[in-house]
Amino acid sequence: MDFRLSDEHRMVQQMVREFAEREIRPVIKEHDRAQKPIPWLFERMAALGLLGICIPVKYGGAGMDYISLGLACEELERIDSSLRVVMSVHVALNSLSLLQWGTEEQKQRYLVPQAKGEKIAAYALTEPGAGSDAAAIRTTARRQGDVYILNGEKTWISLADLADHFLVIAKTDPEKGHRGMSAFIVERSFPGVKTGTIHGKLGVRAGNTGWIVFENTPVPVENRLGEEGEGFYIAMAALDNGRYTVAAGATGLIRACLEASVKYANERMTFGRRIGEHQLVQEMIAKMAANYEIARLLYLRAGWMKNMGLRNTRETSLAKWFATEAAVQAALDAIQIHGAYGYSDEYDVERYLRNAKGEVIYEGTSQIHTILQAEYALGYRKDRPLRCELPAYDPEIWRAEPAMA
Amino acid sequence: MHIVVPIKQTPDTTATITVDASGRISWGDAPLIVNPWDEFAIEESLRLKEKFGGKVTVLTMGPESAKEALKQAVAMGCDEAILLHDPAFEGSDAVVTAAILAAAIRKLGTVDLVFMGKESVDGNSAQVPPALARRLGWPLLAYVGKIREIDPAGRTIVVERILEEGRQVVRAPLPAVLSAMQMNEPRYPSFMGIRKAARMQIPIWTAADLGLAPEQVGAAASAARWPAVFAPPKQEVQCEFIQGESPEEIARALVDRLLAEKVL
Repeated sequence: MDFRLSDEHRMVQQMVREFAEREIRPVIKEHDRAQKPIPWLFERMAALGLLGICIPVKYGGAGMDYISLGLACEELERIDSSLRVVMSVHVALNSLSLLQWGTEEQKQRYLVPQAKGEKIAAYALTEPGAGSDAAAIRTTARRQGDVYILNGEKTWISLADLADHFLVIAKTDPEKGHRGMSAFIVERSFPGVKTGTIHGKLGVRAGNTGWIVFENTPVPVENRLGEEGEGFYIAMAALDNGRYTVAAGATGLIRACLEASVKYANERMTFGRRIGEHQLVQEMIAKMAANYEIARLLYLRAGWMKNMGLRNTRETSLAKWFATEAAVQAALDAIQIHGAYGYSDEYDVERYLRNAKGEVIYEGTSQIHTILQAEYALGYRKDRPLRCELPAYDPEIWRAEPAMA
Repeated sequence: MHIVVPIKQTPDTTATITVDASGRISWGDAPLIVNPWDEFAIEESLRLKEKFGGKVTVLTMGPESAKEALKQAVAMGCDEAILLHDPAFEGSDAVVTAAILAAAIRKLGTVDLVFMGKESVDGNSAQVPPALARRLGWPLLAYVGKIREIDPAGRTIVVERILEEGRQVVRAPLPAVLSAMQMNEPRYPSFMGIRKAARMQIPIWTAADLGLAPEQVGAAASAARWPAVFAPPKQEVQCEFIQGESPEEIARALVDRLLAEKVL
């Protein structure tokens, strides 16, 4: 067993860290305050190859592995959660689903421009009346000849206003519960697609979140991802990848809390000593340090399993649950260490708390993950093989250039 | 064009440097980086390669772990990398370092340009570029802020040097040794570059490979001595807030104060 990062992983980490430090840190506070996404963000992330980081070169990606995706998410969220959300939605939930389930035509048509960052992609499962209970969605897709007609409303969709492509989960057979769901690739330009912004979020205020309405939106049959009735499994498999990026990102958030707290504890004096010398402050720092290490090992293991092509629903859920809960605690403690300064937006730690709180809600609430973990431990839950598994990482395949047409 | 960029691995600029009683310098566990001045030279060299074709070779003298800095340069787009490493090199001063670099550059064959940072952020001597130019017998263009033109066929280069008094335009024949000021925005490594760098086997050249005898290198050959090393004394800083009713009044008071302190 080798716990060191490879040269390649170290360089990915360093490159993303430098980008986030140099270009995002100086401007993030102002965008978070104004609730405005950074307008040039996608362009820069695309230029660096981040928007297709773990997609094979032949599909327009950078050809790196799933661990690189995790490392990038950790570095991005160390600066701000809104950056990592882009990776979760565009890369993990949408693009990796196309890689896993898509036909060659779908990959060429949608995955290639997404991996290059020419088109931005989002994932639309949640509805006003259906979050954790995904099978309760009410958006319908009615087959009419060569098209499906979509009707319904999605909400809490990250990048709703900015994305060009949506992976939409809808009911094709409402009688059949979770077996009556199907997945569709919907373009913004299709008729009857409307989106709007949700303002007033507690956190991720530099990120775009919104709603989507489909009004008799015709979606060609060839835009159905997977088989009819496979939508629930596609949605859940997508979450195995989305949750992985949230776990890695939350790990970066813990690190941000730890770094800020260590710096402040070494500067601030009370009772004639640095506050870092007070044992009750030390306790909070020690917990952050321990939780950072644990969260990091958990997500790296999940990333390694993805590389190996091993099913990782259980391990990814554990990594996500642990890292996000630890991130909330780390942010609370970071504010406590900063005292009144931490309570104002003069320092970054209040933003960390607002961002962390979302993470124990989206991509499976902590309660859902608690139940999942209990059911796995008790033997009540077993993962069945999927018709299409996320392909194991093979450097030869990932790095092969596309064949000339 | 063949451009050679000699670089140095240095502690991160945010590292806290300490000196103990015996004069040993430490930067703790601060990360090591490519000397930031060298990054400007790398970036400018890559731009020249993109414009004129050819290749960029990066080299460094240092321990095995300095390969990391070379890989960083390759990940940015440099084509080849060579580590100059030999226990005998230890303790080399700027002049001996330049001699070792010169031997490596001669061994590389045809070289049109040597481009390096104006100095390293740890040593800060800025002596290696001039010493290297002298060793090679090539013109030195130090503190370059801009390359105005290069004529590869006519083998000339025109640069702007940044001097305290202003800018100086200099024309020189090639090959030449250039040292870079902050003249561009260094690029990030690309994923393709990272993959190449991670796979790359970096050759190591020793004193023998360079045709240098042990007595020609290292501390033995170096004239510079370090009889005492100590941290600079801490400066007492006093902060004074200038108060006033209006911005104009505060500005006037500030100017009076600056004049009284002979700052202006």
